[in-house]
Amino acid sequence: MIPASKRRLASIALIAVALLSVLGVRLYNLQVRGHSSYVALASQDQVRSVVTPAVRGEILDDTGQVMVGRQSELVVAVNMATLGQQSDGGAAELSRLARLLKVSEKTLQERVRICTKGVQQPCWQGSPYQPIPVAQNVPQPVALQLLEDKSAFPGVSADIQPVTDYNQPLATDAAGMVGYLQPITPQELKALNEPVTGFTGDDLVGQAGLEAQYDAALRGTTGVDEVATNAAGQVTSTIKDIKPVAGDDLVTSINGQLQIDVENILANSVQQAHADNPGANSGAAVVMTTTGQVVAMASYPTYDPSVWTNGLSEKEFKRLFGTADGEPILERATQGEYPPGSTWKVTTLTAGIRFGDSLYGSYDCPAAVTVDGHTFKNDSGNEGQMSLHQALVVSCDTVFYNMGYQIWQADHRKDDTVTSPTAPVQFEQKIELDWGFGKDTGVDLPQESPGTVPTRQWLYYYWKDNAHTGQDWCKYGRANGSYVQQIEYDDCRFGNIWEPGQAIIASIGQGYINVTPLQLARAYAALANGGTLYSPRIGEELVSPSGKVVEKITPPVVGHLPASKNTLAYIRSALQGVVTSGTAAGTFGSFPLNRVCVAGKTGTAQVFGKNSTSVFASFAPCNDPRYVVVMMIPDSGYGADVSGPGVRQIWDAIYGLQGAKASLPGGKLPAVPHITTAGRVVQTTPTVSPTPRSSPKSGAQAPVGLPFVQLPADTAVGGKPRRVTSGGP
Amino acid sequence: MSSWRGSPDLGSRRSAPPVPGSAAYRDLPPVRLSGGTARRAGFRPGPDFGRDRRGRLRRLLGKIFGAGSPLRRLDWILLVAVLALCAIGTLLVWSATSTNGMSTADPYLSKDILNIGIGLALMAGVSMLDYRQLRQYAPVVLVASCVGLLVVLAPLGHFTAPVNGAKSWITLPGGFQIEPSEYAKLSIIFVSATILAVVPRRERRPRLRAVGIMLGVAAVPLVLVLAEPDLGVVMLMLALIIGMIALSGIRLRWLAALVVVGAAGIAAVIKLHLLKAYQVSRLTSFLNPSADPRGTGYSAEQSKIAIGSGGLTGQGLFHGQLIAGGFVPEQHTDFIFAVAGEELGFVGCLVIIGLLAVVLLCAIRIAARADDQFGMLVAGGIAIWFAVQSFINIGMTIGIMPVTGLPLPFVSYGGSAIFADMIAIGALQTVHRHRSVFD
Repeated sequence: MIPASKRRLASIALIAVALLSVLGVRLYNLQVRGHSSYVALASQDQVRSVVTPAVRGEILDDTGQVMVGRQSELVVAVNMATLGQQSDGGAAELSRLARLLKVSEKTLQERVRICTKGVQQPCWQGSPYQPIPVAQNVPQPVALQLLEDKSAFPGVSADIQPVTDYNQPLATDAAGMVGYLQPITPQELKALNEPVTGFTGDDLVGQAGLEAQYDAALRGTTGVDEVATNAAGQVTSTIKDIKPVAGDDLVTSINGQLQIDVENILANSVQQAHADNPGANSGAAVVMTTTGQVVAMASYPTYDPSVWTNGLSEKEFKRLFGTADGEPILERATQGEYPPGSTWKVTTLTAGIRFGDSLYGSYDCPAAVTVDGHTFKNDSGNEGQMSLHQALVVSCDTVFYNMGYQIWQADHRKDDTVTSPTAPVQFEQKIELDWGFGKDTGVDLPQESPGTVPTRQWLYYYWKDNAHTGQDWCKYGRANGSYVQQIEYDDCRFGNIWEPGQAIIASIGQGYINVTPLQLARAYAALANGGTLYSPRIGEELVSPSGKVVEKITPPVVGHLPASKNTLAYIRSALQGVVTSGTAAGTFGSFPLNRVCVAGKTGTAQVFGKNSTSVFASFAPCNDPRYVVVMMIPDSGYGADVSGPGVRQIWDAIYGLQGAKASLPGGKLPAVPHITTAGRVVQTTPTVSPTPRSSPKSGAQAPVGLPFVQLPADTAVGGKPRRVTSGGP
Repeated sequence: MSSWRGSPDLGSRRSAPPVPGSAAYRDLPPVRLSGGTARRAGFRPGPDFGRDRRGRLRRLLGKIFGAGSPLRRLDWILLVAVLALCAIGTLLVWSATSTNGMSTADPYLSKDILNIGIGLALMAGVSMLDYRQLRQYAPVVLVASCVGLLVVLAPLGHFTAPVNGAKSWITLPGGFQIEPSEYAKLSIIFVSATILAVVPRRERRPRLRAVGIMLGVAAVPLVLVLAEPDLGVVMLMLALIIGMIALSGIRLRWLAALVVVGAAGIAAVIKLHLLKAYQVSRLTSFLNPSADPRGTGYSAEQSKIAIGSGGLTGQGLFHGQLIAGGFVPEQHTDFIFAVAGEELGFVGCLVIIGLLAVVLLCAIRIAARADDQFGMLVAGGIAIWFAVQSFINIGMTIGIMPVTGLPLPFVSYGGSAIFADMIAIGALQTVHRHRSVFD
């Protein structure tokens, strides 16, 4: 052998060993030192989460009628990420799909056009990786054809998707109460810590109303399948399998028929007032039991909650939130704050009795009361001496002015110049708080206004927030300016002083006093039931999909009125007099009081620069009160003229009087509906018009024959669909 | 007395062999001859041969297992290492294919075993040859493999199936495929060894002209493979050509000049955009595989993850999660080492590399002891082949070499590759059998 070759053979042996050593060192770094980081990468590789949103529960009325239902629809969606990989960009597939769906090719192409720079509307705003829905409520044969011919339609899916089904007109008439669903926001996502599919159409949460309040129960448990997959995305094993559990149905105490009636009556009342006075464009009415269950709650104007379903257009947004149309988005029964006017006098009366006035004494009703140079008039002139009963019946203001003034005089006068938020609450305002005003009722709705009871603390902040900031009285106030400017001038200097004038007008439910219709209704419910103050409830029961009552919701007792049973009985009898011979006698002129004895109180609260707020609060039957009806319509007129007739019509609707159809015949609530395992109602006590819970549209039968709808028995209630979407890698 | 053994050239120094039965013959120490050597040395059984004191069976056994039998003269260490690699490879192919990633698991295992069986038969056959006969076969193998490469390139639709962007296979009826480039490697070794082994008398090195002829001949399969394009094989062939020229003993300055010219040529190829974009990206993506994990770097990244997650001792055979998921493309062929990495861990990988080292060092030892320049060049070429191919293959699975289509010798699934590997081992064995004992 050539010596050179021999040397070079040795070199090659060295090189070979060196190369293999390099491999060994590299492997050591990879497998021993880098082991943990590659293990992490490996698990990322293999684990996919398949999130299955649970079928949302329905919202039902007290007879089991669906207010907000969930229905399944066949939705055809196009995945542009898949189509884009085809050589022609999916044009051929789209054209086939267009023929199948019987739409023009151009329309279809516009629907799947993804919004990017320079692309004109209409175009798809969502993620390009998200299947784009192109047709809803697709006939089953078409869907089957799509599914069976996967080779011709690789990028097209036909899925059963849940859609919210609003039972009209009930849903519109109760729009503020039921609320609406919207895609989950990042903040909510963080707070809820819920698994999401990432598809906006699936990950909806209640954003207002009952949908938001009972969101957790209605939503159910989102299913999460954590599966190991192979490189092709096929599932090889299941790591975690949380089955979706359909949400509970919410049975409310709302009577669907009455709700529609009340909304119509309220709308009529507002529209009639509007005819006389263009300022009148809104109002609210509440019907509740004396035990705190809301039977009907109407807000005007209202809106169709289905506008939220496919995203709000700018026009719809403006209508919902704009003042031009009266802000339909506001649920005025809980969020509207109105001065209660004379309906407030019941609280002043109990304050007076607590203060030491005699329930059976005689009180002077002069034409006016003058305090510190200010004159406070009685609406109906001088009526002489009278009992408190009569003072309520004729609604004498001056009796209550005096009562309030007298309390003010004896009530920690040195604290009336409020310098700290911890100044003690005034005697009269303490009583008012005990009536449940000035604070949230705790009703089962997410948004609520507390109203205003002008305690010293409230006054302190009101002044502090507005003297130099906020309304900036000190800047705009003028000693010799307009009426408003003079008030601002005074408020700037003395706004932190609880003046006798404020105490006096607060006694008749004006000035700083503001209440929500629901607060007024529950106060009158407490008055009617002997003094128990409830936190009102709209929800009555949460029923699992299998028909089991998961939770019974009863209005909790949150307080007791600051008055003896005797005092309350006295007031009730006085309010009966209001209807028979007092301020509401005209309103209830031909009302069959012998059949249903209604007691109530008118309220006409003067508001600067506007017409009075018309208020009527009532309960019936007089001796065994079961229901309370309250109506408040701002900027409209006298309580007896606007709200009074409205309330009277509501009583007609409840009991079926004067030609109206009774929604609660004999004043009896229907028994709580029994929800069967089939998810449909077994009608309980017959009402006049038993409404089947199952509307023909709602998916009582699951679309049969579709192989991909495989529902576990316990979640298959009512043919509710389940949609499986896979999270992206 | 024993100086004539083993080398037929020495026969010329003796006028005649001892006559059987003569005193000289009886005085001979026990003969350790391979059959061929003995025949060439003039051994002929005498008339009383069959009536020897030993029985026929004993003689037969003695022939097979006796001191001078071919089996005894095999390099058993090499054979055991190769068999161990094949066994590990079979298990890894089994694991890689009996998973969710592939639906038809069994055919791979049985075909792999069949391939190894055929390969061992080929090895046995080749090792029975006198390695000098390889000179005669070398041109045949070269021409055949070049024709095969041409068939692969020719647009004969149903004969060739493009696999992963490159046409490398000839599809035969019955589900068999031939990969001509595997045999082209062999033919380059044999042909180059034949040409470079010609060393003129009184010279210590082959002539430059021989190098030129060798380059010219080797260029034919090289160009054909380049046209496929199979860049892994091209890289390997370049290494082989350079390595074998170096081994042939020409002056280092000529070798250096050759390498410089070659490098300039490659630079020109890149500069003139003779490579397609995907080829360039395939060759460079290993530098930063995570930049394009779903594209060219995907295989490399997945393979690295699989190997890295194996840890020290691995997840156990058949228990590799990524392998089971089919995350590593070509995990039964080119990326078989990823299976070893995930399932057998660092220890298992070291065992495979150790076995490969044994094979390489055996080959180099055989080269060093080879009887002549041709045997040395064949064995040395085979050593270079296995060394470079193992390094490129394992290197690509751990991200230090570009992703190419070279299989891991003896371990990867693939008929042609295993056959070629086994023929090479057979060639090593026959060179070993005919080694000079003076080394």
